[in-house]
Amino acid sequence: MTAQPQAAAERSAPWIEVFGRRGATGRKPPLFLMLPAIVAGAMMLIPLVYLVVRASATERTELAAIVLRPFTLQVTLNTLALVGSVLALTTAIALPLALLVTRTDVPAKRAITILATLPLAIPGYVMAYALIGLSGYYGPLNAFFGLRLPRPEGLFGAALALSLYTFPYVFLNVRAALLGLDPALEESARSLGRSPRAAFLSVTLPHLRPALLSAWLVVALYTLGDYGAIALMRYDVLSSAIFSQYANAFEVNYAAWLALMLLAIAAAFLVLEGALNRGRRLTRTGTGTRRSVLAVALGRWRWPALGFAALVHIASLGVPALVIAFWLSRAPADVDWAKVPVTVLGTLSVALPAAALAVAIAVPVALVATRWPSRLTYGIERMTYFGYAVPALPFALATVFFTLAVVPALYQTVAILVIALTLHTAALAVGPVRVRLLQIGPRVEESARSFGYSAPAAFCSVTLPALSRSVLAGAIFVFIVVAKELPITLLLAPSGFTTMAMNVFSRTQEGMLYEAAPYAALMIGFSAISVALMLRSERDRP
Amino acid sequence: MTDLTNTAAPFLRIDGVSKRFGDVTALRDVSLDLRKGEIHALIGPSGCGKSTLLRIVAGFETADEGSVHLGQRRIDTLKPEARGIGIVFQDYALFPHLTVAQNVAFALKYADDARRVAGTAPLLRMVRLDGLESRFPDELSGGQQQRVALARTFAAGPRAILLDEPFSNLDASLRETTRREIRDILKASGLGILFVTHDREEALSFADRISVLREGGVEQTGLPKDLYFRPANAFVAGFLGSTNFLDGIANGASAETPLGRVGLDRPASGPVRLSLRPEAIGIAMEGSDGVPGIVASLVFKGHDASAFVRVGETIFEVLMRASLDIRPGQRVHVAAHLPAVVLKE
Repeated sequence: MTAQPQAAAERSAPWIEVFGRRGATGRKPPLFLMLPAIVAGAMMLIPLVYLVVRASATERTELAAIVLRPFTLQVTLNTLALVGSVLALTTAIALPLALLVTRTDVPAKRAITILATLPLAIPGYVMAYALIGLSGYYGPLNAFFGLRLPRPEGLFGAALALSLYTFPYVFLNVRAALLGLDPALEESARSLGRSPRAAFLSVTLPHLRPALLSAWLVVALYTLGDYGAIALMRYDVLSSAIFSQYANAFEVNYAAWLALMLLAIAAAFLVLEGALNRGRRLTRTGTGTRRSVLAVALGRWRWPALGFAALVHIASLGVPALVIAFWLSRAPADVDWAKVPVTVLGTLSVALPAAALAVAIAVPVALVATRWPSRLTYGIERMTYFGYAVPALPFALATVFFTLAVVPALYQTVAILVIALTLHTAALAVGPVRVRLLQIGPRVEESARSFGYSAPAAFCSVTLPALSRSVLAGAIFVFIVVAKELPITLLLAPSGFTTMAMNVFSRTQEGMLYEAAPYAALMIGFSAISVALMLRSERDRP
Repeated sequence: MTDLTNTAAPFLRIDGVSKRFGDVTALRDVSLDLRKGEIHALIGPSGCGKSTLLRIVAGFETADEGSVHLGQRRIDTLKPEARGIGIVFQDYALFPHLTVAQNVAFALKYADDARRVAGTAPLLRMVRLDGLESRFPDELSGGQQQRVALARTFAAGPRAILLDEPFSNLDASLRETTRREIRDILKASGLGILFVTHDREEALSFADRISVLREGGVEQTGLPKDLYFRPANAFVAGFLGSTNFLDGIANGASAETPLGRVGLDRPASGPVRLSLRPEAIGIAMEGSDGVPGIVASLVFKGHDASAFVRVGETIFEVLMRASLDIRPGQRVHVAAHLPAVVLKE
């Protein structure tokens, strides 16, 4: 969302500059900032090192027997099939929608855009809950229409659930690319004799490629990292295999190897995206004024187009809302209402400290990375993003190994759960703080220094107040993502500890859809805040 | 150039075109024509509607009223790709993901790739870009990008070419040379060229004919020389160069003015408003012909200089040789040595 200022800063970030050289303010970063940053950066990496250590402890003869089973091949192929299906489905939903709102005279563009962003508020396991709760003998479809569908499951069910909440990433990326495209390019193609269709294929589509690739990368990483929706759809992929091998079958070494394989696939996607984007030249050569592109008159296609948008919104927003409302109204007496506040407290007891801790990491990390750019500070900042990109279950498993080996006292405590969740989400707080720091720049602080303020006093009196909104935004992002996080919580939570996310998941797995409904509703409420924040920050952008 | 104005039949014809955007009238009843082999400039202050007119001819806007004909064919109802009109945008709009040769080949209509690639060679030679075929647009200078855009436009085989502010993106130091080069290329093509600019020097030096637009309407169309020396009204006179306006009482071939008796470009009688270019007024030491005045200020411009001379209540701009020894505060005599232009309205 904030790629522009970041990209600009990256280019100017003197990578080549070796650690210890004089930075922007003329001195080395102070230790009290550098220390927390280094500790945070290292903590992202150490557990993963432990994962490798643990996996390599397997005897070589044993290794073949453990890893080379048909099940491994099966879950790997399933994982790839799921990623492929989700990418295809999200693109089929998002690309036409993005074209509709940027290139046609379809009515209610703003509404379609907002409605196509909102599914981000729905966690994957809630989407799966909604799809499962819709059908079935006691479900609303049968109750209202006498319609009985098979319970969605397998590749189809998992791909549908994941696509319905991840397609906004593709939509937002493609829409931004379409809006940023110089209209003169398409007009040139037209006046050189190309039909609208041919101009789209030969000029517009190549320009959408980077946006599509980066959106696909995000969606692919989400798909690899998801556990809840896929498990509810009873589809066997690497992440669910890691979980079941660790938690149910106690084949810890096998789980470690599966985790490494999942990491390798995620890394391969990262490399692939970089390689496919390399050598692309899509920079605007001109400085022409921005004009809006000619809108295609839909004519009699207006109603089918609106129908398509409506179908997407009904499936991605209407179905979850309807299903939750239906199950809430169905058996309110059977819900264990006394458990709800306890569960909310459980979620808060993890999400609040994680948000505070993430901010405590984010400010020093962003500060040293922007004010004292060097290879080291750049690397530390990248590590936080790495912690976010690593699929959740390998990250959780690595944390388990690390805790057991180094600080066994912390094993199965809320403390280690909070730390793991913080490391996993700190990047969400680094982002806004870093962007704001770049906007503020060191000049105002320097002028405060010239009035006789000390360096810390200048920072506290000038920069910090300007930073407070971004810090708060970062904290809220972390809070919300932690509140709806499932796989890490499932793996690391002490026995007896429970959160709203865990409840939606386990009640749905047990088929107690009415029991899951209040938690699903609360989850959506929490997540809606994050989407509202995101929409607001997008509107605030110049 | 004279044969153009007299004999060549109109080739692109714009008839009574009007366009409104909401409450704003962008164009009102604009008619003008473009002849084969002619370079026609549309000039006017920003917001005068010149770019809108260009986009209507290209097919990216639709006129509310009026028509556009190319030859015998009415084209304003056709899609942009069916009009046979090329357009070079202000920022050239080169496809950044294609090489120079691919950009040009994009517009060639041959089906097979080999012929398309071969077809780019003569075009690139024409704009003197041979050797840069495999470069990407971001590896070219502004002037080279412009020539690629031109070659690409030629490749589509248009019957007329539109240029939108063609030189505004170029360095001032390059502009003059580039302008000469591009003009030679365009003239050699024999196509009709309609171009939009707000730079009067560019219009005067680049175009065969000029149309001056103001608030959506054509004020005057004609040869650069005619428009410069015989502007129809005060707006055209002022827009195409600095000038002095003076009121006088005409009596046939001359008029009585604050500058004394001044010859007129056409006979008139009664009160008139006149335009006198700075170079049409002579300056001399006290005691010569003309009316007395005082030099208020001087602007040195290199090979010449502008003297601002106060005569009574008004200040006249006078062009003089820079070597002339005249200082601010000095008493001088000024006199018109060319006929003044009688302005309408």
